[in-house]
Formats: sequence, structure tokens, C-alpha cells
Amino acid sequence: MTPSEPEVITIHIMGKAYQVPRGLTIMRALEYAGYRLLRGAGCRGGFCGACGTVYRTAGDYRLKVGLACQTVAEPGMYLTQIPFFPANRAQYRLEQLKPNLATLVRLYPELPRCVGCNSCTKVCPQELDVMDIMARAMRGDIAGVADRSFDCIMCGLCASRCPAEEVQYYVAILARRLYSRYLAPPARHLTARVREIQEGHCDAELSELAALSPAQLKQKYDARDIEV
Amino acid sequence: MYTPSMLESMAKVSANRSHRLQEKHPRLAPAEKDSLLRAFHPDFRADTQRPVQVGPNAGDRMPHELVDLLEASSAVDPEVPLPSPSCHVDVLIIGGGGAGAAAALTAQELGARVLLVTKLRLGDANTVMAQGGIQAASKANDSPAIHYLDVFGGGGFVNKPELVQALTQDAPLCLQWLEDLGCMFSKERDGTLLSIHGGGTSRKRMHFARDYTGAEIMRTLRDELLNQKVPYIEFCPALELLLDEKGRCGGAVLQNFETGRPMVVQAQATILATGGFGRLHVSGFPTTNHYGATADGLVMAYRAGARLVAMDATQFHPTGVAHPEQMLGQLVTEKVRSIGAQLVNVEGEQFVFPLETRDAVSAAIIRECTERGRGAVTPTGQAGVWLDSPMIELIQGAGTIRRELPAMWRQYDRFGIDMTKEPILIYPTLHYQNGGIDIDEHGRSIQVPGLYVAGEAAGGIHGRNRLMGNSLLDILVFGRRAGRHAAQHAVTAEPGALSLAHVARCNREVAAAGLGQTKAPILLPDYVGRS
Ligand SMILES: Cc1cc2nc3c(=O)[nH]c(=O)nc-3n(C[C@H](O)[C@H](O)[C@H](O)COP(=O)(O)OP(=O)(O)OC[C@H]3O[C@@H](n4cnc5c(N)ncnc54)[C@H](O)[C@@H]3O)c2cc1C
Ligand code: FES
Repeated sequence: MTPSEPEVITIHIMGKAYQVPRGLTIMRALEYAGYRLLRGAGCRGGFCGACGTVYRTAGDYRLKVGLACQTVAEPGMYLTQIPFFPANRAQYRLEQLKPNLATLVRLYPELPRCVGCNSCTKVCPQELDVMDIMARAMRGDIAGVADRSFDCIMCGLCASRCPAEEVQYYVAILARRLYSRYLAPPARHLTARVREIQEGHCDAELSELAALSPAQLKQKYDARDIEV
Repeated sequence: MYTPSMLESMAKVSANRSHRLQEKHPRLAPAEKDSLLRAFHPDFRADTQRPVQVGPNAGDRMPHELVDLLEASSAVDPEVPLPSPSCHVDVLIIGGGGAGAAAALTAQELGARVLLVTKLRLGDANTVMAQGGIQAASKANDSPAIHYLDVFGGGGFVNKPELVQALTQDAPLCLQWLEDLGCMFSKERDGTLLSIHGGGTSRKRMHFARDYTGAEIMRTLRDELLNQKVPYIEFCPALELLLDEKGRCGGAVLQNFETGRPMVVQAQATILATGGFGRLHVSGFPTTNHYGATADGLVMAYRAGARLVAMDATQFHPTGVAHPEQMLGQLVTEKVRSIGAQLVNVEGEQFVFPLETRDAVSAAIIRECTERGRGAVTPTGQAGVWLDSPMIELIQGAGTIRRELPAMWRQYDRFGIDMTKEPILIYPTLHYQNGGIDIDEHGRSIQVPGLYVAGEAAGGIHGRNRLMGNSLLDILVFGRRAGRHAAQHAVTAEPGALSLAHVARCNREVAAAGLGQTKAPILLPDYVGRS
């Protein structure tokens, strides 16, 4: 099968019209149009949150947001990237905190100002229920926030639309770290292994291996048993 | 979106799925694997590599795209006088991925004055993209020694023993460090860390944080960097290292990426943590790597006199997205195979055991799509084989994919593909730079005093082939080791007069060889005007 000629569409980057092939992501459409991205591109795979983009489609009054690397450019789109968002972040020492509501409110006093408007949930490119996450934070349900916010890529689009000026993604990471450090059961087998290593119990076996020739190692490798 | 022939092939895959459930494809015998690799892995093709003509590795074969950079002239003109240093620190860390973050936290904790500079934002890096997991011998049936054997076997027995020893011995310590930092690993109710196999592991030692393992590690480290007020500058790539008269590294020339203005930082020790080279698109392959993976660190260190090891071994990840086009080259995590998905050709037949090492699976897929002509072809002409994801739901129960692979599911869903019901089309993608700068067990460059290297930029740890889960591990192990050693030892060094004399020398050398028309480091790939 031969690749077919791509169809061309018109998009408006910061108000200027450009013709680009249909089917490109917004990121690749920007590049096709001649932009060399500096800000606004990181992982290019939906993981880093660098590429938040605001857009509107012709004939629709609503502003939409999305990740430029994960959203296909549509005909008639008006778009611009958000290169930087000056969000407020609390400073803390994890080891001195208590995993409770008081900690969340002390570090983020604006937390109870959430009006439950759901703007955050509507814009989340990860389709997280951000409003529910904030409701849980306001109840001090730290485990719940940790669990529900886990897939957050901290792109900041929720905060960009929040009328109460919450910074949802920083509240969420605080909750995840509190949960993991204080509320999740510790991995005892890991701590035991760490002690073994620190007491030198693993040294001899490792040094023995390190002294083997590649051929001897290969023999051992080929004969090793594999957990099923 | 699918062509009729793709749909026909998908029907075949689905028709024999329950039959295949019983079918175990045999593992490759060692000799079979060897001949498969020689015939089909891009590393062994005659037209993908050439010997580099200049520098410490002159005569060694490496991918053309890297050799082009090593034979380029500098992006900095060494004859133009440098601005005076804008600051003087104990430890300069170049690169804001996992290795750089781990190094910076560790060095600062030990009292060093630290500065971290990075090309994009802090955490815009390969680290944030890792989904699958991190290896560590944390369980009772496992040990650092068993882990050691797996690393060596995977690497083709050419790894540096002292590096593998450091890697496997520190692994549980690094995992514990992350636990204490509040990194949210997936666990049983009693706290036992969940762990599974990865390609080439003999124990289930792949620990994970759902399928955002790298993201969870990176955001935790970044959060802690911010808490610890580690000084950092974003959009500030390094262009060249600075050396004194004795060849000791004493800092770097940086650039404000936005204004273009140069900047000099003087440092007692410099840690390169600039990651890999995926964005060089070796052999024309698409890549899984982040935007800034352009081998800058290799170029700078090479000019400073560092040797590169195993740069002729490139890791292609067997399962890169072949369809849809918008996701081309993106990673389909190995976990999809770990938890049950088979690889099948256009006829719906298995052709390789799914958990062979990556090089072997990649070679088998390339063979299937080229010599055997049994790939399915997309509307843009890209061939691929099916990764039978619906199989996971058959084996592990409905809902497994959305629970265990939410990132994967979401990415496909964005482009209208439901991987719980449809198999996904994949083809190998450029994934990892197996080799890198020669280091010792403290992360010190063997050739350049004052220079440390950690993470994907370093070589020798993984030999010729890294196993999944050992890279997230090595960035922590060697990031921390380099940070510690630099903070404890390098700060006592007597700094000499810094210059770019070595860069001028390299420029002359490439010019004498009739090379050097292009400039490097390139900092970013050039996609302008391309579709
Ligand atoms: C999609 C994907 C999935 C992966 N999955 C896994 C997995 O499941 N398990 C595993 O163990 N490994 C995995 N890996 C590999 C692993 O993630 C990386 O090898 C590792 O994270 C590299 O870390 P690093 O800190 O060395 O480099 P990076 O994380 O890439 O960080 C390098 C940093 O240096 C910056 N930089 C580059 N050049 C310059 C310059 N000139 N000046 C200043 N800064 C610069 C970069 O922008 C970046 O921020 C995966 C990799 C990818 C791409
Ligand atoms: S570039 Fe990382 S999410 Fe788009």
C-alpha cells in the first residue's frame, strides 16, 4: 500500500492562519507551521505536562484546553500554548508533617475556598475527577486524594481555570507523599534486605561473582533457575 | 482508521486467541538467539554505523548519527573570550532528570553548594516517561547476587563488574530512599511491594508505581528538590565543559536558552546527567525518548577527553507504537507482555516468546515484518505486528488493563483505540543508549578528573543491553554515588585557570580530518517544517 497525499486543514496559531496536514497533533502542527518549540514541549508523549494549550474551535464560544502532544489539530482551531504558569507552592519538610487535614490547610490555606464549580474536572487531560479530589482533600481524606490523583501529570491546566485559585496538583502531590510516607503500610521485606546489605551480608557473594571470568559467569547464568 | 487488510488480520488474531491461551512459544536457545541478532538487529547491519575518525574512540564503530556529532565542530567559538563566571559552586549538576535530581539532593544534603542546570523544565526528561518499573532484589527469594547475574547475562557479559556490583547492591537502598521520600509504590495490603518479571529477569523483582513509575519517581524527587531549596536553572543547557591546564574539569559554559546569552559556572566538581540520544533517530527509527535526548553530554565529555563504551549497542524497544500515526514510536510498556499479552503476526500466529531480552524480541519482529513478510501494514505504509492486549483481560480478568495500565489505556483511548478489545500494532522503536561515558563505581569519569557522569549518559553498567527496570535504578544508584563522592572529595581540589583550549584543539582536529562542517551539541532535534 502506498501512503496517500494528506488532506490540508487551516489552523490559527496565536491568531495567524497556517495550512497543515490533517491528522497531526497540535505539537507537530506547530512544528510543521515553522515553530521551533523551546517551551511547551517536554516528553512529547503525554507524561510531563509541559505542553498545555488553550484553544477554541470556530463557531464555538467555549475555551478548551489540552495537551499539544496528545490532541489532534482540528480544522479552524484557534490556539496558543501556555509556556509557564506561576503557581504558588508550599515549602515543607515531609519528615516534620502529620498526615492530616490541618497540615493540608496550614500549607494551602486557600483549600477550603473551593466552590465546587467543577471547572478543574472539565479541563483535566488525564480525565481525573479533580473536584472530587479537592473535596476529599477538604475532608482530610489523604489516602483518597493520593489514590484518585495518582495519574496527575501536573500540567497545571486545572489551576489555570480555578476561580478559587487553588493549586490542585500541588495539594495532590503533598497528599501522595504524606500517604506513602505515613499511611501506607511499610515494606518490611525491603527494610530487612537493606539491613542485610548494610551489615555486609551480601558482600561475599557479590565479590565472588565479580571475580569470575565472563565464561564462568555465562555458565552460571545459563544454569540459573527462573521463578515462575 | 484501519485498512480492510488490518481488520481482516485483527479478526484472525481474535479468532485464535482462546486457542493461543494454551500455547507457550518456546524460548530461543542461545545459538538461535545469536544468529537472529546477527541477521536482524540494526546494530549488526553494515549500513547503520561507521568508525569515528577523531577523539579518544577513534576507530570505534558507532551509529552514524552519533559519529556525525562527535566529528562536528563546537557550537561555542573557543576564540571568543568567555564572560566571567556568574557563580562558583562546589558541585554543578548538568541535567534535570532522575540522575541529576538524585545527585543534587545527595550532594546538597552532604553540605555541598550545589547548582543544577537543565535544558528544558526540571523533570522534562526520559525519567518521567518510564512506566514499567524499577528492579531491586527486595524479596526473600532474591538477592543482589542473583540480580547481578541477570544484569550480566542481559548485557552480553561485557558489563563492568564493579558497576554492576554497585548497581545491584545499592538497589534496595535506593528503593528505601524513595519509600522514605514518600514515593508511592504499588503494594499489597500488608506493605509487601508488588513485583513482576521483566524481560531477562530470573526473579520477579520489577517494582512499580502503577504504570507511572518514572513519573512518580521524578515528581517526588522534584518536589523534594523544591523543598530542600536546591538552586536550579531551567532552560539553561550546557554547551561545553571547562578544563584547567591539567585537564581537570572545573565547570561549564551554559546558555540562557531563551535569550541566547552565554553564562559560565565554575565548579569544583561537575556531574553530567544529560541522559540519552533517542532524538538522534538512529537508523531512521522513531523514538520513545523525550524532546531533549540529543547526546549533548556525550559530545561535551568526548571533547574533554572522556572515552565512550559500548556505543555500538543501541537498544530498540520491541514494542513501539506503529499505529495510530500520531503515537508513532511511543512506548508500549513491557509490562503489557509481562502480564500476558502475546506477540502475533498478520496471520495471528506467535513467532517469539514474549519475554526474551529486548534485542532478541526486536530482531524477531523485524524479521517477521521484513524477510518473512508477515507484518500487518498501516495506512501510511508502516509494517508492524500485533501485541495481543485483549489476552491480558482473558488471563487476569476483565478490568485488568484499566487498573494496571491506565496510562497505556488512556493514550490509546485518546486516539479512539480500545486496547482491552483490540490488539495494538507495534514495531521496534529507538529506546535507550546502552553505552555511554566510561565511569568508575563512584560515577567518576575514568579519563577526566573532576567530571562525574550518572544515568543514561554513563556506560558500562548494562554492557551491550540494558534490562527493563535497571535504568530507573542506575540513575538513582549512580546519581547518589556521584553526588556523594563529589560532595565529599572533589570540593578539596585546587582549581586552575579554566578555558576552552580543549575545544579549540578538537576543532582543529576535525578540521584537519576534513570534517567539522556541522556544529554540536545540537540541544534539540530539528522538526521544523516536517509532518
Ligand atoms: C518511554 C520510556 C520508558 C522507559 N521505561 C523504563 C522503565 O520502565 N524502567 C527503567 O528502568 N527504565 C525505563 N526507561 C529508561 C529510563 O527512564 C531512562 O534511561 C532514565 O530515566 C534516564 O535518566 P537520566 O536522568 O539519566 O536522563 P533523563 O531523565 O533523560 O534526564 C536528562 C536531563 O538532562 C537534560 N539535558 C540534556 N542535555 C542537556 C544539556 N546540554 N544541558 C543541560 N541539560 C541537558 C534533559 O533535558 C533532561 O532533563 C524508559 C525510558 C523511556 C524514554
Ligand atoms: S510534551 Fe509532555 S505531556 Fe505533552
